[in-house]
Amino acid sequence: MMALVVGALLWVIVAALVAVAAVKGGGLVKTGLWEGFLDFLRLTPRVAIGVVGSGYVAAVLPPEVLGGLLGPNSGLLGTAIATLAGALTPGGPVVGFSIGVAALKSGAAPPQVIAYTTAWALFAIQRVASYEVVAMPAKVVWLRVICSIPVPFLAAFGAMLIGKP
Amino acid sequence: MRLRRKTFDWSTALVAACVLVAATVVYLRDGWDRFAAVFLGDVHIFVDILPKMAAGCLIGVFSTLLIPREMVARLVGAESGLIGLVIATVAGVIMPGGPVTVYPVAGAFLLAGADVGAALAFVTSWTLLGYARALVWELPFFGANFVLWRMAVAPAFPIIVGLLGRYAAKIMAARGVKI
Repeated sequence: MMALVVGALLWVIVAALVAVAAVKGGGLVKTGLWEGFLDFLRLTPRVAIGVVGSGYVAAVLPPEVLGGLLGPNSGLLGTAIATLAGALTPGGPVVGFSIGVAALKSGAAPPQVIAYTTAWALFAIQRVASYEVVAMPAKVVWLRVICSIPVPFLAAFGAMLIGKP
Repeated sequence: MRLRRKTFDWSTALVAACVLVAATVVYLRDGWDRFAAVFLGDVHIFVDILPKMAAGCLIGVFSTLLIPREMVARLVGAESGLIGLVIATVAGVIMPGGPVTVYPVAGAFLLAGADVGAALAFVTSWTLLGYARALVWELPFFGANFVLWRMAVAPAFPIIVGLLGRYAAKIMAARGVKI
């Protein structure tokens, strides 16, 4: 049900944006639709590999190992492992999210996976090194990284408090 | 300007290689039936998310075309205090584009005189709440329930990081280290 609402809402937003672009004119609608289509074409094989492929990766991962390390009873240590793994995950979103989904499918608990994706978003070494340090003063980047250390733990804890919707 | 995504990248190649090995192992170890079962189970999820992905791509492109980056920068530079952190958080949510565009904007805040807390809140907000990554990547992989669950608690985090950063910068300034 929720997924259906989100799906419908997304297309309402698309319609609103296209309407605004149409009012602005200047070929914005055509440019937007074409670029959006190209992005979709580029994205489809990546998501296909990640989503369909993560099932196979999950099938070969021993569930008792992941379930023990990151499972529902793994607690603070599991969250810490997930956080460290997220920070050390190389590559772009395909890698990070594929690993997250595979972990979820093979016995990791959702709060730990939330800690993993949160840590990946905040700390992913490749993004910090190749984009952030280049564009911002190094001291500010370090300050951000240090101040963000509690966040994956708070995210996992908050997710546990709320419980699955 | 948008940076074009490359048609080939090493991340995808790496994931594809892992999947290929895993799929071969499943086929050799568990046989055809299990191989097909895994495939059919996930293909259904994939087909289900295709329309959402298409919408996500269009929203990403159109908002990048329609929201000027300068507007976001002006918005954040103008306020301080807790309100400043809230505005920085909102700006991070609506900020279009990827890392190529976001970090320079945060750097520009600092140059324009915004406080360190606001810059940290902005970057944190973009990484955790930015719709572009959530719609295009996270939604297809994890599904709407999971994304909403993660996001339900996330709005507090940019504020927390901003406050911590501001506090740390103050302590360091007192010791003569300028951030």
